[in-house]
Amino acid sequence: MRVGIIGAGIVGLSIARWLSRYENIEVHVIDKNPDVGWGVTKANTSIIHPCHEEDPDKHPLRMRLCLEGHDLWYEWVRELDIPSRWPGEIIVAFNDEEIHVLKHYLSLAVRNKVPGVKLLDKEELLSIEPKINPSAIMGLYAPSAGSIDPIQAAIAIAENCADNNVYFHLGEKVIDVIIRDRRVVGVVTSEKVYDFDIVINAAGLYADEISRMAGINDYYIFPRRGQYILYDSTAEPKPEKIIHTTPTPKTKGVYVLKTTDDTLLIGPTAEDLSPDKKNELRTTREGINYLLRNAEKLLPRLPPRNLVIKTFAGLRPEPSTGSFIIRFHEDPWGFIDVAGIRSPGLTAAPAIGKYVVELIHKHIDLKPKNKWKRYRKGIVRIKDLGVEDRNKLITKNPSYGRIICQCRGVSEAEIIEAINRMKKIGVKEITLDGIKFRTHTMYGRCQGSFCRVLVSLIISRYVGIKPWEITFRGGNSFYGIGEVKSLFKEVIR
Amino acid sequence: MNKTYDVAVIGGGPAGLAAAIKTADKGLKTVVIEAMNRLGGIPIQCIHTGFGLHYFKEDLTGPEFVYRFIDKVMDRDIDLLLETYVEEIINESMMSKKIKIISPKGSWIIESKTIIYAAGARERHRYEIGIPGFNVAGVYTAGEAQAMMDLYGIMPGKKILIIGSGDVGLIMARRFVLEGAEVVGVVEILGYPSGLTRNIVQCLQDFGIPLLLRHTVTEIKANNGRVSSAIISEVDESLNPTPGTEKEVKCDTIIIAAGLRPRTKLLKKMGVLIDPRTRGPIVNDYLESISVPGVFIAGNALVINDYVDYAVEQGETAAESVHEYIENKGVLSAEWRKVIPGSNILFVVPHYVSGRKDVVLYSRVSRPLENTYFQIGGIGKKIPLIKIMPSTMLRIVLRKTELSKYIGDIVVEAVEK
Repeated sequence: MRVGIIGAGIVGLSIARWLSRYENIEVHVIDKNPDVGWGVTKANTSIIHPCHEEDPDKHPLRMRLCLEGHDLWYEWVRELDIPSRWPGEIIVAFNDEEIHVLKHYLSLAVRNKVPGVKLLDKEELLSIEPKINPSAIMGLYAPSAGSIDPIQAAIAIAENCADNNVYFHLGEKVIDVIIRDRRVVGVVTSEKVYDFDIVINAAGLYADEISRMAGINDYYIFPRRGQYILYDSTAEPKPEKIIHTTPTPKTKGVYVLKTTDDTLLIGPTAEDLSPDKKNELRTTREGINYLLRNAEKLLPRLPPRNLVIKTFAGLRPEPSTGSFIIRFHEDPWGFIDVAGIRSPGLTAAPAIGKYVVELIHKHIDLKPKNKWKRYRKGIVRIKDLGVEDRNKLITKNPSYGRIICQCRGVSEAEIIEAINRMKKIGVKEITLDGIKFRTHTMYGRCQGSFCRVLVSLIISRYVGIKPWEITFRGGNSFYGIGEVKSLFKEVIR
Repeated sequence: MNKTYDVAVIGGGPAGLAAAIKTADKGLKTVVIEAMNRLGGIPIQCIHTGFGLHYFKEDLTGPEFVYRFIDKVMDRDIDLLLETYVEEIINESMMSKKIKIISPKGSWIIESKTIIYAAGARERHRYEIGIPGFNVAGVYTAGEAQAMMDLYGIMPGKKILIIGSGDVGLIMARRFVLEGAEVVGVVEILGYPSGLTRNIVQCLQDFGIPLLLRHTVTEIKANNGRVSSAIISEVDESLNPTPGTEKEVKCDTIIIAAGLRPRTKLLKKMGVLIDPRTRGPIVNDYLESISVPGVFIAGNALVINDYVDYAVEQGETAAESVHEYIENKGVLSAEWRKVIPGSNILFVVPHYVSGRKDVVLYSRVSRPLENTYFQIGGIGKKIPLIKIMPSTMLRIVLRKTELSKYIGDIVVEAVEK
């Protein structure tokens, strides 16, 4: 039995990990991007939600998957060596109306059996998190909230999947789903035709287009843009707890949080775009100013502007129906939608994977593997080691001592290791972004102005292409246009 | 590996090399710690001339200039640690600093009595100066583009827009033209250029490259992952874009030349106080940090210089200071006199003077001025300036004899006639 998963985001990969436990199925993951986690997953607030903001009457499935997913992440971060922190979160109220909303969420916490949620009066609030603006009057504390590195999570799951014989087909765009006798039998990509018995649509923003290829046309996805500001690790005030403004019906509010990488993240905005704007990954002056205004409410003062290391935007896949769309179709048989996985999709992802396997199990008998590899280790970072361990490693391989990124202290060996791991999961095109997400070079204060060229030389050496042929993230995003003097050669020709 | 140095020079660029040559000549046990696999620092990638006019009275290229120092270092008994990353500097006592390093030879701690910190500067990037739009390929800082082209032979693009009129950006504008690329313009948010006049003339005017003052880029547009155009707008008095003035400029590459910032992360971590005006350390006339004794700072890590010659001068001053420091086990106690930036002055370095020796002040005005006196209060020193721009660093020597005329704080001002 062959299963094809369209989409190598956190949802598709979570499904793949669950499916990799069974011996009578062969799992294939297809993504149009050159690498995993480059769609919705990449630009994300990174929160593992406690699920006290989910209404069980309106969205019972979403609430259940959020709650279960949250707890699965406790295990997955350990099994897969995913950077995480679990400081808890506080919704902050500044007026009576917002206190009313906090009390509503407290009642949801009680109903959803979320542990540890409680109201904090002003004094308690400021003693639990002294870096909150003292004009706050109340908070709702949910100690189980966490934050993970979402793109590292996608990479970790993908590597674990590869260890468990999941096949990856990256840089291939699905252009058709093949149906025969009201059964799905395969997909056509920009490169090849694949025979599949089951096709799982986890295509994020483009799930509606994939559904239409299978003749299903009862929903659409529109992008909801979220812009973010990322500050350097030295930025202050940097609260320990995840804090955010009181949610509205449309959004969970603006968050201020210390990331797993010790940087400070502010975001997101919530801007609904039309369904054809699935490439609008741009930041705007208005969006950034909106974030600063909200952060100014939460913090006693804003960190200085010169400590901004990046501004970026992500698109969340909002379903026209408002709810997660997860269903095993009887017509065409074998087509599974896992669409509209909007917030809290990151939290729910591991539970969504499990739920999809249950749906499949209702139709097919799944036989567990005798040997399934549960664990995966991340790339060893020289900076994280003690002196003794460092020297052991450097003696064996001196490139662990050759620091390429001055901002983050990343070694050449880590970059080479990232290249090897990319190859292992079937990345055909080694990109600068791929190296950035895995090693955190080009991620610090200088944003790669010193080390990017050095990284490009390492890729060039190990992959055997010219530095200017390397792309930031596929497509036309080449690092250069050719060698110096190439413009004259063009003229002469 | 376990010897204790008199001085550890962090950074093997012009300031660090000049310092090391001088400390070695004074018989001090010296080590130079450099992150790259070669000495020389940034001048190695500066193939244009303009180096050494003050120091050597010659017009040299960056590599020519810096190799004169590298050659001298090689002739001396100076330990060199290349490809060596400094993770942390720990101030144990006035006569003991520990430097945690990682290198292909291993990770260990170097012990030294003093530090000369000459780690240079970093460039401000797109996000720091707040340019929204798509995050795509084709946006580079001027220094990155320079390294790509002149160290590694990579051509970044062919239709170039430059944001900011800092010197590296101006020099790169000319470099791009000389490599057959088209430079569509240089956009500067202020009403005056931030680079040297000689570079405005030689790099822009001589090549017919337009300089758009009081303009900013309000958005970067993209096609298939690469810059395709930029929206530029005029700005008002408070530097905000004026609606209705937007123009789209086609380009495939955007170069950010928005100035440099001293690299101070390691200094801050060990308690070195930072001047918000220079964004470099607060120092006395020994170029020693006022909060961490035995840490001396030179070159662009101290203050962003116009000329490499000044960086070298600071390196040499720091070296002399280290020599005295080691003899006396510290800088001798003094009644320090504050140097205060007065009207129309952006900053002055150093921040304190001892009055015991001649001192070189480095300063910039905060706005373009005409028919001005640069004057130093108390001492009565007055220097007429016909025309002065913030882009020109003022270098003023105060003699010990002048300083002894007056005991109070020294107020530096630029006063219009």
